[in-house]
Amino acid sequence: MTAPTLPPVAHRRPVRTDVRVDATPARGYGDRVYGVFITTCALAVPALLVLVAAVIARSAWPAIEQVGTELLVGRTWDVPRGQFGALPALLGTLASSLFALLLATPLALGVAIYVTELAPLRLRKPVAFLVDVLAAIPSVVYGLWALYVLVPFLREHAMPFLGETLGLRELALFRGPAYGPSLLAASLVLAIMVLPYIASVAREVLQAVPRAQREAALALGATRWEMVRDAVLPYARSGLVGAVILGLGRALGETMAVTMVIGNRHEVPTSLFQPAYTMASLLANEFAEASGELHLSALMAVAGLLLAITLVVNAIARWLVWRMERRA
Amino acid sequence: MTVPDAARTAGAASSRALGATRAMQRRRRAGSTMTVLIWAAAGLSLLPLVLIAGHLLVGGVRVLTPTFFTALPAPPGVAGGGVANGIAGTLVLIALASVIGLPVGLGAGLYLAEHRSTRLATIVRYLSDVLSGLPSIVLGIFAWEVVVRPSGQFSALAGGFALGMIMIPLVARATEEMVRLVPVALSEAALALGFTRWRTSLSIVLRTALPGIVTAALVAVARVAGETAPLLFTAFGTPYWSLRVDQPIAALPLQIYNYAMSPYDDWRAQAWGGALVLIVLVLVISMLARRATRSRFASASGGAVND
Repeated sequence: MTAPTLPPVAHRRPVRTDVRVDATPARGYGDRVYGVFITTCALAVPALLVLVAAVIARSAWPAIEQVGTELLVGRTWDVPRGQFGALPALLGTLASSLFALLLATPLALGVAIYVTELAPLRLRKPVAFLVDVLAAIPSVVYGLWALYVLVPFLREHAMPFLGETLGLRELALFRGPAYGPSLLAASLVLAIMVLPYIASVAREVLQAVPRAQREAALALGATRWEMVRDAVLPYARSGLVGAVILGLGRALGETMAVTMVIGNRHEVPTSLFQPAYTMASLLANEFAEASGELHLSALMAVAGLLLAITLVVNAIARWLVWRMERRA
Repeated sequence: MTVPDAARTAGAASSRALGATRAMQRRRRAGSTMTVLIWAAAGLSLLPLVLIAGHLLVGGVRVLTPTFFTALPAPPGVAGGGVANGIAGTLVLIALASVIGLPVGLGAGLYLAEHRSTRLATIVRYLSDVLSGLPSIVLGIFAWEVVVRPSGQFSALAGGFALGMIMIPLVARATEEMVRLVPVALSEAALALGFTRWRTSLSIVLRTALPGIVTAALVAVARVAGETAPLLFTAFGTPYWSLRVDQPIAALPLQIYNYAMSPYDDWRAQAWGGALVLIVLVLVISMLARRATRSRFASASGGAVND
């Protein structure tokens, strides 16, 4: 007689996916109240989203009616004359965010790869922790630092160096006097701010890559870097793209630090050295002192535009990250 | 096989081996180049942290006197102003935000954990993640429209409302993760003993997950404590001492912003002090959050909580 064999997975932690507490029947008044409460709370999330969009759309309606497409394509923002063209702010938002992403992405992916694949085990947690600390610094503190450390440094050293020493002045992208507060300053501080977000999502994505994937590559004789390049990164690609787009969403909506260093000049940005404007900065500067209903409504329209853009960007990013993590 | 033949074969083999080593060397070199680059990326990414911490300490410690914590803001040129009202205001705003945001976030998180794969849960989970990525200034404008405009004035309540809305998705998702770590056998045992569902949830599931939920709440609080943009046109700020919820209230981030953008040197200096205090506040809350989980829960769940 042989002893009954145990099922092979008996020692694992119980897998909970098929167990549902709500499969037990609700009993009594308390259960009903509890059920209604948590369902209401859950419904509050989509409701909030819809409500925010609806409230902003309603308030923006007068401006959309009166100003029309001028809001999107107009270049002049002149409150007393009732001209509300938000194109410079729109382009400033896109330009600063995209340039920030360009700077932050390689570094953020580098940190994520470092922490998950390459760093000595002793260093992994501390580095991940420090990156998280970077993410915890409030926007206004970044702004303060950027305004009094980064901007003077750019004005005195970096901009002359880029412009004169490297001769980049000839390029349209670097034209103009070295003001200090500029699209470049905003992009740099944005890059510093979105880096930890991208890095931490990318880290989660890389951690979701199955171990077997790595072991197989190593067993075939791959070096550590080849393992990362050929086995880990391709598997994680959509999630990593999601992480980067998530960073883009952050950058688009970032307000305080950008407002403090971008120079707040309402002109279509043509050079990294020039002051510019973003939609969020426009709101931060003018909303509290909006004069008249049309001005207010135009600002609401800008807020609606910002909301719509970040909504789409976040929806895409989350979808990519999710797909990746669910597959793992 | 003649001797020269054998020598040739051996030679071919060794040159083949040599070629293989060369390829291997090339691959190794590519590997070490990338390794160096990635180390550099990690170092470069942490450089801003070092710089900011350094400047904050240098600029901040100078103005940190006892009066800085106890005095109201002074007009420019008058010595000895402080941020007492800002610190108090930030605490009031955090409390209001928690009162508004925590219960809803907690309830939503419980729903997500208990109804894991229903369609509504999937939608709510997805939208929470989307919501938490939206610009906070947009939620500030929303709060202005639904609280400030009808009531006709800026108020602490409006600020707390804006921050509370920001907390909801954060708390919901974190609560869900924590509740999921509670072994289902515990709730099954309670249900088998005749507990009702709500008693099971409150006294078994929530109690077990409590440290984790405290962490979730504190992480959300740390996140909103430094928020500035949504307060610009809700809490608004005031140079006076006020704790009333229906009046404009001072907040540390707002004071830092106003001081930093001011043309006065002594106010600018105080902005650094305020920033240092704010950072310490945020970090202390974050540390408490980590501690709460580590103490009891981490061991029970195999350390999965902190990863």
